[in-house]
Amino acid sequence: MVALVGNPNAGKSALFNALTGARQKVGNYPGVTVERKAGRMSLPDGRPIELIDLPGTYSLEPASPDEQVTRDVLFGRQEGERLPGAIVVVVDATNLDNHLRFALQLIRLGLPVVVALNMIDMAERDGLTIDAAKLSAELGVPVIPTVAVRKRGIDELKAAMAGMIGDGSVRKIAAESDVVHEDIVVLQRRARAIAIAATREEQGARRWSHRIDAVALHPVGGPLLMAAILFVMFQAVFAWAQAPMDAITAVFDTIGKWVQTELPGGFLRNLLTEGVIKGTGAVIVFLPQILILFFFILLLEATGYMVRAAFMMDRVMARVGLSGRAFIPLLSSFACAVPGIMATRTIDDPRDRLTTILIAPLTTCSARLPVYTLIIGACIPARKVLPGIGLQGLVLFGLYVLGTVGALAAAWVLRKTVTKGPSQGFMMEMPKYQMPSFRDVGLGLWTRCLIFLKRAGTIILLSNVILWVLASYPVAPAGQKQTEYSIAGRIASVIEVVVKPIGFNHNIALALPPAMAAREVAVSALATTYAIDAGSSAGNDAAEAKTDEALGSKLKVDWPLPTALAFLMWFVFAPQCLSTIAVTRRETNGWKWPAFMVGYLFVLAYAAAGATFWIATWAGL
Amino acid sequence: MRLDQLPLNRPARVSAIAWGELADTAARRLRELGLDEGVMVEALHVAPFGKDPIACRVGRMTVALRRAQAHAISVEALAA
Repeated sequence: MVALVGNPNAGKSALFNALTGARQKVGNYPGVTVERKAGRMSLPDGRPIELIDLPGTYSLEPASPDEQVTRDVLFGRQEGERLPGAIVVVVDATNLDNHLRFALQLIRLGLPVVVALNMIDMAERDGLTIDAAKLSAELGVPVIPTVAVRKRGIDELKAAMAGMIGDGSVRKIAAESDVVHEDIVVLQRRARAIAIAATREEQGARRWSHRIDAVALHPVGGPLLMAAILFVMFQAVFAWAQAPMDAITAVFDTIGKWVQTELPGGFLRNLLTEGVIKGTGAVIVFLPQILILFFFILLLEATGYMVRAAFMMDRVMARVGLSGRAFIPLLSSFACAVPGIMATRTIDDPRDRLTTILIAPLTTCSARLPVYTLIIGACIPARKVLPGIGLQGLVLFGLYVLGTVGALAAAWVLRKTVTKGPSQGFMMEMPKYQMPSFRDVGLGLWTRCLIFLKRAGTIILLSNVILWVLASYPVAPAGQKQTEYSIAGRIASVIEVVVKPIGFNHNIALALPPAMAAREVAVSALATTYAIDAGSSAGNDAAEAKTDEALGSKLKVDWPLPTALAFLMWFVFAPQCLSTIAVTRRETNGWKWPAFMVGYLFVLAYAAAGATFWIATWAGL
Repeated sequence: MRLDQLPLNRPARVSAIAWGELADTAARRLRELGLDEGVMVEALHVAPFGKDPIACRVGRMTVALRRAQAHAISVEALAA
């Protein structure tokens, strides 16, 4: 097994992709929440090896959980991982004096080392010529120039790796205390000396990254550009996702109808159509929005722009006690809080990280959209407020703003109370701008897709099946409403007592528990409750035939406006879906914080919905 | 002069770093990002909102840090 190690931004992931192609597998290290990225590759002589991509870190003294994993793997201490047989240290040729420091530390470990001198094309563009042979002589290990994103130098690298592995020599593994605590300053000076010796700089090197930043970080132009980029992102999510989502819904409807006709009626057929197919559909229909948003996020990260966005947002984040590092996880949470919360692993300060996890569900995730669209479409009049701006669109935008403001306000309160502590500041390397490699973005997207399907998918599917069982059994005798007789119905009756003061009726109470499986399930749950009541004992057929418009007109009649508004407000803060709770439990290693999160969100939702209901009622709406 | 007071685009050299003024983790991160006495620095950009944080060239890297932290770094501007 060979491990890829190096500073962040050295291009490790691109090199990993170049070496393994699509033969990658993402799993988990036992006991920690860090992803294990592994792949297979073959050496020139045909020997297969496993390659793992370790989280980027600046030194062997770890700051965050993923940096800790890197250290533990290199010392053979990580549970579930053997000691690497060799390591490939990836260094950025344009940043030698900094990257070599870590390389020196790694060489001291005593494992066989090959250095991949990556991004030499960018070094050439910067006017730097690096003597790889000289570098190799100074370091005492092979140095192979590479351009990972263009797959240059890969064959030479594989050859060098073959030379390092399995040559039978046993090197002395250095004691941990020696390596980790060696003075960084001393190492840095030696690294700088080596870098100077091996580099020849030409005059007039172009500082093009700096020039792009003059625009991207301009006092006026910068925020405008960022706002424009964000606007395009969200517009794309809305516009591009609609067609695939409709197609997916149509596919699942067709499958459902086919099962309906092919199988004899009874438990199995109902389980399949109502539970499994509906449940799987509820997960898959999510994918277009998540993939589109993540495509943009990964693209922006690959170009290096994301760090600039975090840089600009840091001040806003600092006001509520967070840092710019929280920007990307929160942005991801607009697609789905599950990958957003997982993205908080890059935040080193544990209190910062916890706060970000706790507020992530408040961002308006894409699952809330079907609920918002349904209620707004049904209950908010389609009036024009200003030329070109409709009331409905304004309310939707307002809900988005409310979610974001709510998240920031919650962070502020949390940082003053529950996660109180000094701020860690914001220190980040700003890498040079790069042309994104679409292959790498594609692979990243594929990985995210699989992770989402595994994490959220299993929970959503399982919950849908369980909820269907609870809603369909016991079967109500004639004359009784199924929605009150079933187990789910009885639970809803209990809930109804609690939520009646804020204007919710029995059908809403019935839809709230399913909404925990996946928020957009609230829509189908509402449809089902109204259909089950209205239809005959063959309630399932009626439920399938209902369209959103039909449901909408029913709600318009059944719900007074204050109730509709209260319902919307509830969803802004809603105690969130089981998938988010599950991922929070994993990321915080316990039940305490997920329970706290559910609790405080419930209180907020109840208070906000209640206030909205009573104010709207008092205002005579 | 401190790094947070350095005018933009004026090359300077780090003369001293008040490590004691920084939290341990911040100090270590600064070292890891290459900050050391004698290193060439240059303030390049300030963030649009509130002029904080700032982006500086440190050696060959560009590093973003908050003014409160940059304050711990004493610099000497190089002769023009």
